[in-house]
Amino acid sequence: MGYKAALRVWRGDAGTGELADYQVEVNEGEVVLDILHRLQATQASDLAIRWNCKAGKCGSCSMEINGRPRLACMTRMSVFTPDETLTITPLRTFPVIRDLVTDVSFNYAKAREIPSFTPDPAVKPGEFRMQQVDVNRSQEFRKCIECFLCQNTCHVIRDHPENEHPFAGPRFLMRIAELEMHPADTADRREIAQDDFGLGYCNITKCCTEVCPEHIKITDNALIPMKERVVGRKYDPLVWLGDKITRRTPKDTPKVPGKA
Amino acid sequence: MSDIDRFSYDVVVVGAGGSGLRAAIEARLNGKKTAIISKSLFGKAHTVMAEGGCAAAMGNVNPNDNWQVHFRDTMRGGKFLNNWRMAELHAKEAPDRVWELEAWGAVFDRTKDGKISQRNFGGHEYPRLAHVGDRTGLEMIRSLQQKVVAMQQADAAEFGDPEAMIKVYAETTITELLMEDSHPARIAGAFGYFRDTGRFVVFEAPAVVLATGGIGKTYKVTSNSWEYTGDGHALALRAGAKLLNMEFVQLHPTGMVWPPSVRGLLVTESVRGDGGVLRNSEDKRFMFNYVPDVFRAQYAETEEEADRWYDDPDHNRRPPELLPRDEVARSINSEIKAGRGSPHGGVFLDIASRRSADYILQRLPSMYHQFKELADVDITKEPMEIGPTAHYVMGGVEVDPDTGAASVPGLFAVGEVSGGMHGSNRLGGNSLSDLLVFGRRAGLGAAEYVSGLSSRPVVTDADMTADAETALQPLERAEGESPYAIHGELQVIMNDLVGLIRRESELKTALVELDKLRSRVAQVSAPGGRAYNPGWHLALDLRNMLEVAECVAQAALERQESRGGHTREDYPAMSPEWRKVNLICSLDADGDVTLKQQPMMPMRTDLLELFDVSELRKYMTDEELAGLPGAEVAEEKH
Repeated sequence: MGYKAALRVWRGDAGTGELADYQVEVNEGEVVLDILHRLQATQASDLAIRWNCKAGKCGSCSMEINGRPRLACMTRMSVFTPDETLTITPLRTFPVIRDLVTDVSFNYAKAREIPSFTPDPAVKPGEFRMQQVDVNRSQEFRKCIECFLCQNTCHVIRDHPENEHPFAGPRFLMRIAELEMHPADTADRREIAQDDFGLGYCNITKCCTEVCPEHIKITDNALIPMKERVVGRKYDPLVWLGDKITRRTPKDTPKVPGKA
Repeated sequence: MSDIDRFSYDVVVVGAGGSGLRAAIEARLNGKKTAIISKSLFGKAHTVMAEGGCAAAMGNVNPNDNWQVHFRDTMRGGKFLNNWRMAELHAKEAPDRVWELEAWGAVFDRTKDGKISQRNFGGHEYPRLAHVGDRTGLEMIRSLQQKVVAMQQADAAEFGDPEAMIKVYAETTITELLMEDSHPARIAGAFGYFRDTGRFVVFEAPAVVLATGGIGKTYKVTSNSWEYTGDGHALALRAGAKLLNMEFVQLHPTGMVWPPSVRGLLVTESVRGDGGVLRNSEDKRFMFNYVPDVFRAQYAETEEEADRWYDDPDHNRRPPELLPRDEVARSINSEIKAGRGSPHGGVFLDIASRRSADYILQRLPSMYHQFKELADVDITKEPMEIGPTAHYVMGGVEVDPDTGAASVPGLFAVGEVSGGMHGSNRLGGNSLSDLLVFGRRAGLGAAEYVSGLSSRPVVTDADMTADAETALQPLERAEGESPYAIHGELQVIMNDLVGLIRRESELKTALVELDKLRSRVAQVSAPGGRAYNPGWHLALDLRNMLEVAECVAQAALERQESRGGHTREDYPAMSPEWRKVNLICSLDADGDVTLKQQPMMPMRTDLLELFDVSELRKYMTDEELAGLPGAEVAEEKH
């Protein structure tokens, strides 16, 4: 059942590059990453690919296959017909390092701006008591393997690098939701979710959910509920009036300043 | 050396999996300026692939559990070859490390009363594994990653720079350790390259913690990721340290066998812990035929008793599917060899007929996903096909149990790259807890070592120049074999000749074949530039894999008994005499692997007394047991 697949693989670096044509053998049950490895081993030993577990657990081999953001290790060749040409390109949102490898440091910078888990200091290790039903929501978001396919596909930054400053992207808005929904967390990130991480830029087109290899319902379970919480904090007239009358200092947790 | 980047740290941790991150966190908490070196991006290390859980005797599910029971289980699992001090520290400290991780943000599955849930696993007497579905490793690495970030945020507030005290160097490979020109030689730093640019880098540091994981990529069928090329094992050897008991390689009983492209991919032991059973082509639960004498008292003899155990563990014995991994792997191998295997050369692992679809989806979501997407198999409806896969190396750098210090001053090792803790066979779930317990201890050990120094060691320019030249050779060679081809040959040799069942003649052949590969590895060619060139990276990793493979093969030839992750067809019995022997690999003056026997340190009496003498007798010699209460009486009966 083996056949030769036609591949067009983007080769190049930050400066320039082009699609290169290859013919690579395909066997039953193989995934795109197998084919790229065979290409490396037989025709292009210096082809740059980022990969790690080859089991869909580490989120390293993110790339665009026929224009769709995917994990190469979880994309079976059987989803394509043998006469189909596969065009394989690096993630478009991030700068290319070489070939199929991109510079995803943007994501690590954003991660560092989000106030970390903040438990009540009075609760000592071993004393946390939480019900399964209360941790289910955070656990769904913690399934995230940080493949950054959602970041790559989100139109807010995909074609608009100018939005990278005000917008953290679905992965990190979901991280904020995860902490906000953690039963033992005491910080309040609602204000910064909107003002510093750009939750308002999200117009719930669900592209992030669609490409998530972990099938996390990013939009429905993280982003929309987070929007509702922000409304409760920032735009509820009663909350606003209460703040005015009692002049209580809001206990909003500030964003962590990024590296200058 | 102007074309080499230079950085100065107190502690350099090589490896950013569970043990490396935990060590780095501890070093930083102790005020040391710490670098974390990672071959991958931050948060991608092999720890993410751990599925089942983290063993810790918290007693949340069964209050009878305590460190003594965990210690006993660990020693039995390792067939008493474990470094007992490590097993003791591990069993005592694991609960605190899990609770600490929860305080740092890990979100484990819960019991009804809101505590951390614990699940059953092979070889553990009580439900003991803290878990998050079947993605516990991901939870652990993400929690540690986020703890590092939290520390960086605090450092940003204090020093104005998040990376002032702890920094992650992602996609950076260390190729050599740098030694001070002194007697004895002390660690002075580490030499390597940035994968994205190919630029060389030197980390000057008096203490280096190796946390590089295992050696799985020397085998063809493995559950391990590309990073598992034995770097730390080889770096330690070349720095003059010793490797302990490298013959013990764990074959996980349940790896996928089909399709070929995912052969070896892990199927978590939780499938069996949660009710899954093994069947052969005759639909028989064959594990009942394979309970060895040393375990007979603890395992059920009938399917009825085994099935009752899940709901009433106090009055029934465990199903034999939950024997330690080495036993299960050998049994599967025997069934396949006897012609009772599955169509693709494995056996069947069935949970579909035993648990509801809802239960399976809640407890084993990644397994469902993995089989559905990669093999078109719905595990809620049909059995899986599985077979043994190289999973873990019990052998590793010989370290001081309390501090993780290797024999070379300034060198520390932790996690899979260290040896001793797991003896001849690791219990599932004992790895994640090992990473946390000894990660903390090695980080502390390194910090204290640095605090105690009166002078900082210096690296020499000559060493750096030599390391740079060595690293560049594969790129500069115009003609030469492909590293990919040689890697493939190495994997076949190890798989076929130094695999699950070993024989003297095959081990000798393996050593001859490995020796032939040596000159070829020294002549590989990796065309292309220095920027993100995987062919070049593999060429450099190959040297490490080959050195480690030689250690495994030599030790396997030397040890004339069968125990845990080392089965000799020509010496099928477990020998009390061999239990007293550790096998130590080191490099001689010519850089060749040499092997010597070293006596095992006798176990402390208070630890021996945790066992029945009748059980110890199965493992130990009479002299070792002399003087123990009950020893004489038992002898008379015998």
